[in-house]
Amino acid sequence: MWNLEGNTVLIKKSGELGESDVTPYEIYRQRRTFLQSGIAVAGAALTGSLWAPAASAAISLGDVRPGPFSTDEAKTDRKDILTYNNFYEFGVSKSDPAKHAHRMKTDPWSVDVIGECAKPGTYTLEDILAPHAMEERIYRLRCVEGWSMVIPWIGFPLADLIKRFEPGSKAKYVEFETLYDKKQMPGQRRRILDWPYREGLRMDEAMNPLTLMAVGLYGKVLPNQNGAPLRLVVPWKYGFKSIKSIVKIRFRETQPTSSWMEAGPREYGFYSNVNPNVPHPRWSQKRERRIGEFRKRKTLMFNGYSEQVAAMYAGMDLKKFF
Amino acid sequence: MQKHFLKPLVFISGLLPAVILAWQFYADRLGANPIDEITDGTGTWTLRFLLITLMATPLKRLFGWGWPLHVRRMLGLFAFFYATLHLFTYLWLDQFFDWGEIGTDILKRPFITVGMLAFVLLLPLAMTSTRAMMRRLGRNWKALHQLAYVVPLLGVLHYWWLVKADVREPLVYGVVLIVLLAFRVRRGKVAVRTAARDRCAS
Repeated sequence: MWNLEGNTVLIKKSGELGESDVTPYEIYRQRRTFLQSGIAVAGAALTGSLWAPAASAAISLGDVRPGPFSTDEAKTDRKDILTYNNFYEFGVSKSDPAKHAHRMKTDPWSVDVIGECAKPGTYTLEDILAPHAMEERIYRLRCVEGWSMVIPWIGFPLADLIKRFEPGSKAKYVEFETLYDKKQMPGQRRRILDWPYREGLRMDEAMNPLTLMAVGLYGKVLPNQNGAPLRLVVPWKYGFKSIKSIVKIRFRETQPTSSWMEAGPREYGFYSNVNPNVPHPRWSQKRERRIGEFRKRKTLMFNGYSEQVAAMYAGMDLKKFF
Repeated sequence: MQKHFLKPLVFISGLLPAVILAWQFYADRLGANPIDEITDGTGTWTLRFLLITLMATPLKRLFGWGWPLHVRRMLGLFAFFYATLHLFTYLWLDQFFDWGEIGTDILKRPFITVGMLAFVLLLPLAMTSTRAMMRRLGRNWKALHQLAYVVPLLGVLHYWWLVKADVREPLVYGVVLIVLLAFRVRRGKVAVRTAARDRCAS
């Protein structure tokens, strides 16, 4: 294993907040149970809690400060964010992930960094998170299916992480992969998509200050069904670009092919920017239903993040590069 | 089964999915996106009733059960009932009667084109379902009601074209439909052959 800083790092500095200070008692206790039993599944199975044992002992969010770009729109209900998920690795129904994601073991967790960079290697989650200060960012999320949410994520800019790996001049794109393990992810027993789930960004998109590596939401570590322990959040693109439970990061010269591009090349492009003017071949993208609202609302160009991202696509035909 | 219990029983059973759906909506039990659930629920029940309606004849032929035929019209009308709910969910809760958008959908989104067509074809079947209409149309009634085979085909296609990646569910409906249609093709062939043989024999 590589250790980026060359020494052992802990996110939580001793003497600061204890875990029980930032975590409700039930979760705190559940974590203890989970550690005692040593079986990740037990905690969730016994309590039936939605906050399944994503809580690895290694992650404690520590101080979370408010980050930039947050919207002041009403946040989506926490319960809805935790029970209405597209995470096909745990089943195709929206309610499947909340039911089955407790099978995924997120501690220990490591990420392979490979390809065109000076510091490839296998990094533990602790290594990955160590130097980064956590921020809360309240972002809109627009699903390609026509619904949306407002989610208070906790994380840090992907750019800061990428810089540590020192990508070279050939690194034009960055590709991500989700965990592939049929035992932990029962949905992978069927080839609905070409597993493991893959996604990618152009380097400038990855380095954009909006792009977030998330490890938590609503003030706590990510529940498994929301992509624990480490996921991408790219708020100006359709939700499926924000890949969950990341185990691999690859820097490459050529544009990667994502799992959805493979499943439907006519329907899902590499960019997949939220765009009300480019319909999905089978349905319109002009409007969306914000979860919790009755009437639909208009979908905004780049999901309302034009100011931050439009320049990256200047001169591109977004109908062609959908 | 007692004949006079049969129809009320089927009637109440047929209403049950709608009642349950309405109660779930009222009690906030439909999850984060209740309108989607209503669209899904009314759509799948349409398809189920279309297929159940087609089972009456095979059940009679295979097992000699006559009772499904007694309630076949009611089952067909339930298919129409759920199709209407499904359509209005789309027109109202999905599009809020934005006719421009609805028009675009019908013209440009094949799954909606096919769904709309299915409803349009179901309409005359519901309207001519009375005994009086049967008498008035005579032979043509039977020809018209061959549409009962076409509508579920369009229904399965409609479902197939809207799923994102997992076609398992529409596939199940499709297979049931193919079995039900195959039964008729086979019956048809046997009938032709039997008729031919009878002619030869006479």
